[in-house]
Amino acid sequence: MQPSGQVSATSLPIGSDADLAWVRQHVRQCAAGLGFGLVQQTKLVTAASELARNTLVHGGGGRVEITPLDNGRSRGLRMSFIDEGPGIRDLELAMTDGYTSGGGLGLGLSGAKRLVHEFSVDTEPGRGTTVTAVAWVAQVPASRPGV
Amino acid sequence: MNQPLSGQPAQVPVLALGDVLLVSLQGELHDGMAEQLQQDITHRISTDRMTGVVIDISGVDMVDSFLGRVLAEIASTAGLLAARTVLAGMRPAVAITLVELGLTLPGLVTALDVDRAMELLNQRGS
Amino acid sequence: MTVPEQDAAVSAPQVVSSFLEQRKEQIAQRWADTPLFRSVFTVSRDEAVEACKAVVEALSEVAVSGRLEDVGSPGFAPVRDQLGRMTQTRARTGSTASQIADEVAGLRVPVVDLLREEFTDPTAPPAQEAVLALTMLLGTLRLVVMETALDANAELIERQRQQLLEVATPVIKLWEGTVAVPLIGTLDSARSQVVMESLLEAIVDQRARYAILDITGVPTVDSLVAQHLMKTVAAARLMGAECIVSGIRPAIAQTIVQLGIDLGSVLTRSSLSDALAYALGKQGIEVSRAHANESIR
Repeated sequence: MQPSGQVSATSLPIGSDADLAWVRQHVRQCAAGLGFGLVQQTKLVTAASELARNTLVHGGGGRVEITPLDNGRSRGLRMSFIDEGPGIRDLELAMTDGYTSGGGLGLGLSGAKRLVHEFSVDTEPGRGTTVTAVAWVAQVPASRPGV
Repeated sequence: MNQPLSGQPAQVPVLALGDVLLVSLQGELHDGMAEQLQQDITHRISTDRMTGVVIDISGVDMVDSFLGRVLAEIASTAGLLAARTVLAGMRPAVAITLVELGLTLPGLVTALDVDRAMELLNQRGS
Repeated sequence: MTVPEQDAAVSAPQVVSSFLEQRKEQIAQRWADTPLFRSVFTVSRDEAVEACKAVVEALSEVAVSGRLEDVGSPGFAPVRDQLGRMTQTRARTGSTASQIADEVAGLRVPVVDLLREEFTDPTAPPAQEAVLALTMLLGTLRLVVMETALDANAELIERQRQQLLEVATPVIKLWEGTVAVPLIGTLDSARSQVVMESLLEAIVDQRARYAILDITGVPTVDSLVAQHLMKTVAAARLMGAECIVSGIRPAIAQTIVQLGIDLGSVLTRSSLSDALAYALGKQGIEVSRAHANESIR
């Protein structure tokens, strides 16, 4: 594991309940390290939890790649949840609130999408699914000395 | 991999205060633990004739749709066994996230903290 | 394609220009998958490929003119509009000008790789010169995009600055256990987030049971504003507080009904004082005139 505070690209396995907890903890740590506020951290961790559970339940397990982003002006976090499961047959349907194939509340994909800034799903039946979510640290145009 | 994470009890403690069960959730909650808790509470209500359940989530820093569903199910199950459930102490960041997620838990009675939750149960009970 | 490597009469910009013209399709296919085009042309990939081709054509035009480093080169004119629309789309999703510029810089590698493949010896001077010319050209493209992005951003920043002024929304303790937020101005997503956060914090700090959202100062209520209000009400409820929306002027009430907006189970009152009276009443607090009481006694 990374020492706390340091934020670097990581790949974590998603194969069990305990892994979900790890993913949440790691995302929380990264988000805090990157300067996300408490509410944004909570949104990111919750989105990660939803998406990691999707990977576990629907994708038969997989991994998550967590990458800190920095474009010089704003810092962000990208999370890619990758599985080689059955894929999503009807993406539009899967993105609908309340639609579920796994006995949950059907808020996994659609809900997680609302918690981040950028969201994309790459899926092919039989070939697996990659869900990528990106959030940027909210920029309050505070006065920055020397800029 | 199956080691409990630091600062996390292997099981959620369920305390009885008179005829009210007080459940205090802390930190990371595995899916398995949440489901175990659901069973424990239901069992305690029926065997110990409890009339109320207070679930204190002030120590919880994230509620996702899974935990949300578990909480709602605990309340419904308790309701069937004639016990009222109050969800207490949700943090602002958690509440905002839940609402954005689309989960407003309409069936759950909520309170600011455990004291208020006990107050609510006492008022309605009398 | 064979690039006349030995022909010193053909200048590097011309080599680049004919390369761009002839490899337009391949370049466009590669660019269409870069974040810049993919995130802007979300409807179809073909649309992205077409847009890429237009940019390649413009670059080829600029190369032919030999004004590789001229941002004002007329060759860019046909794509300026398109680039402007693209940067605006990116800016609206929160990308900064430099983020967009970085994405434009990301276009360089795929096309330079293609150019290198044209030469039997990519380390030979003609190849180096062509790559240098192409790099320069793409650098200029980046500046052109930067320019349009900054223009779009300046507008956005001004709007945000305005909204930030409005954000200064205090949460007021009206009574023991009752807090209120007077909302003034437009209630957009960013602002409603701030309102929600400060209201929920106040509920914790004041141990409030009732929270009043007064919208007297909100000019219009459309379905989006209604949605923000309902979210705030829902979040406050999750924390154990009841929310009352007050200050619904007759005109706004009419709009709400005419637009068919369903405020659902949100408790409403016409004025802040009515809302306060409701909150006090629910807490068993009675307010009466001191004189009236005395004369009765």
